Amino acid sequence: MGDCALIKHAPPPAKYGGRHTVTLIPGDGIGPELLTHVRELFRFCCVPVDFEIVSIDSKSTSDDDMNNAITAIRRNGVALKGNIETNHNLPPSHISRNNILRTSLDLYANVIHCQTLPGVRTRHRDVDIIIIRENTEGEYSSLEHENVPGVVECLKIITRKKSLRIAEYAFNAARQNGRRRVTAVHKANIMKLGDGLFLQCCKEVAAGYPEITFDSMIVDNTTMQLVSKPQQFDVMVMPNLYGSVISNVCAGLVGGPGLVPGANYGKDYAVFETATRNTGKSIANKNIANPTATLLASCLMLDHLRLHGYASMIRKAILATVSETRLHTADLGGQGTTSEVVQSVMREIESKGPRTSEQI
Amino acid sequence: MAASSAALSLPKVFRPVLGLGRSGNPAKVWAAAASCRREKSTFVGRIIPPPAKYGGRHTVTLIPGDGIGPELLNHVRELFRFSCVPVDFEVVNVNSSVATEDDIHNAITAIRRNGVALKGNIETNHNMPPSHKSRNNLLRTSLDLFANMMHCQSLPGVQTRHKNIDIIIIRENTEGEYSSLEHESVSGVVESLKIITRYNSLRIADYAFRLAREKGRRRVTAVHKANIMKLADGLFLQCCKEVASGYPDIQFDSMIVDNTTMQLVSKPHQFDVMVMPNLYGNVVSNVCAGLVGGPGLVPGANYGTNYAVFETATRNTGKSIADKNIANPTAMLLASCLMLDHLRLHDYANMIRGAVLTTMNETRLHTADIGGQGTTSEVVQSVMKNIQSGGPLTTEQI
Repeated sequence: MGDCALIKHAPPPAKYGGRHTVTLIPGDGIGPELLTHVRELFRFCCVPVDFEIVSIDSKSTSDDDMNNAITAIRRNGVALKGNIETNHNLPPSHISRNNILRTSLDLYANVIHCQTLPGVRTRHRDVDIIIIRENTEGEYSSLEHENVPGVVECLKIITRKKSLRIAEYAFNAARQNGRRRVTAVHKANIMKLGDGLFLQCCKEVAAGYPEITFDSMIVDNTTMQLVSKPQQFDVMVMPNLYGSVISNVCAGLVGGPGLVPGANYGKDYAVFETATRNTGKSIANKNIANPTATLLASCLMLDHLRLHGYASMIRKAILATVSETRLHTADLGGQGTTSEVVQSVMREIESKGPRTSEQI
Repeated sequence: MAASSAALSLPKVFRPVLGLGRSGNPAKVWAAAASCRREKSTFVGRIIPPPAKYGGRHTVTLIPGDGIGPELLNHVRELFRFSCVPVDFEVVNVNSSVATEDDIHNAITAIRRNGVALKGNIETNHNMPPSHKSRNNLLRTSLDLFANMMHCQSLPGVQTRHKNIDIIIIRENTEGEYSSLEHESVSGVVESLKIITRYNSLRIADYAFRLAREKGRRRVTAVHKANIMKLADGLFLQCCKEVASGYPDIQFDSMIVDNTTMQLVSKPHQFDVMVMPNLYGNVVSNVCAGLVGGPGLVPGANYGTNYAVFETATRNTGKSIADKNIANPTAMLLASCLMLDHLRLHDYANMIRGAVLTTMNETRLHTADIGGQGTTSEVVQSVMKNIQSGGPLTTEQI
């Protein structure tokens, strides 16, 4: 799977005695159990990372929990999180916690690398797409109002500054990873000013990267092409909502929400989570959730902390485990349990790698 | 008024039946009867056939559009002539490269006159200033074609990764993200408004549930993003729930759009009828079209209270394959069958539809988009042959 850390940031400053401190936000649903497995795995492999756990109660309306979490991330620079549930019964002024985290920390780029994993049977082969999604503006501005009863206006904000920034990130990432094509996904035939501005910013940035081919595609055509010929796509850059839809389509193409990790990068901070941000309430605490996405997200985090040796070791073990069909969890069509998968990963690491904390 | 002239043009034999010979103003009686009938049954294909029916022949507006539109619609006309379908086409050209809106307004007037239209997609030129609105969008909003219905079915004979898909997608067609309301208050910051209204949301939800009930469908899924757009999609979802309570025989659930697209690419068989606002409808309908075989196979219909416009579901201009005789005519032919169903010419519709499906079974006739090497004219010829061998009299032997 390789180095998908893309932009090479300086390692965050929470490095004392050779150990990093990373904020851990368990979230709701399957988050807590999967992140517990991550901690168990890290302890087993002697990874020099300590977790500072900050819990967020999704039922309370006060902002204290969120502010604590944000402060912790500012302090540590890196976080690993589960998805925080957005309670629909609370009034509309209660903004999604995940969204607040992304905008407060200005995590402007959401990067998802969708690759078909060997051993997972899917309808499409050889899918290898990097999706770069603008993470802070667009349709997720949470600006809505009802001037006339029964008529709601929802604002979608596109700014030049953020569009240039995300386009710059996308082209830089493409260059660093040796990718040859960047496709901008938009709906500028209808939203001429909004997506038109986004598209124009992408074109301007593209001019500075002559070795990379740039083209654009309307979002409806893109989704149709994705389900018939996904191999034509290389790197894709897009505003927030289209990014949500397309990253979910691509995750579905490579095997489902349990397999793809996601990363949110900002200038100073990075937060890692599963790509499709599911809470998985219905399968919580049943030992049937697929831990692959969360484990791969922790590998992305280790890459970000420049602990490449540990990252590759864990990643190889995960890929070896995923190849074993009898260990597949329910979402991949198998009958394995979460703990079986994690045990298998640990066994793989032990058989191949350096010393671990105990024999199993 | 159209109603009175229609009454007066009735052959004399019918007038005594309506009681016009003896008392009252014939125009008034006819108009009252016509408007009653129209208001009573305004839904879902139960729209009474539009009044442009003279001598048993319907007049339908035809808008060729751009790209592959003109050639495919020519094939439709050829096929209709061959099959002796009692439909006359009034062709209205819309020039997409001029900035004036006269052409599209002419087209809209023609559709108001005829009530039904068959169209190709009109290209939206990106080099024009943003004030130049999409012509297709203008047509849909002016005629208030509030429901876009697309029935995605796997066709036998077309090889796809998923089998036996049968999903009806109902998409709100006039508001949402397509309101074309954008402004740049501060330089470099663009605000684009997405409008959701209670009235339109109730209307589309009602349409969806009525359609589901008529077709014997058991589940309606609302697709939304109310976790982020709480007021807007929240209102849409709430309207759907309100309407759902009036249809206890139909199960209602909702799903967030990103999860929906992911489920569609892995397990599309779980979906039955789906209702959603405009933009999600665009994305989801394209995903479903891709699942059943591509843009060349699925027809779409836009219904309003008084008008209906038929076109391909994914609204592609197909500029790159225009005039090369390689475009897939299936979507357009099936759209014309939907139109014939709307005009209550069910026999002709079934005849043509059967012939098209039989042609689809022949792999050697598949066009490039479904992996074959056939040409458009070969497909159309084959459809005509099937009609001739299966059906009633046609104009000539081929």
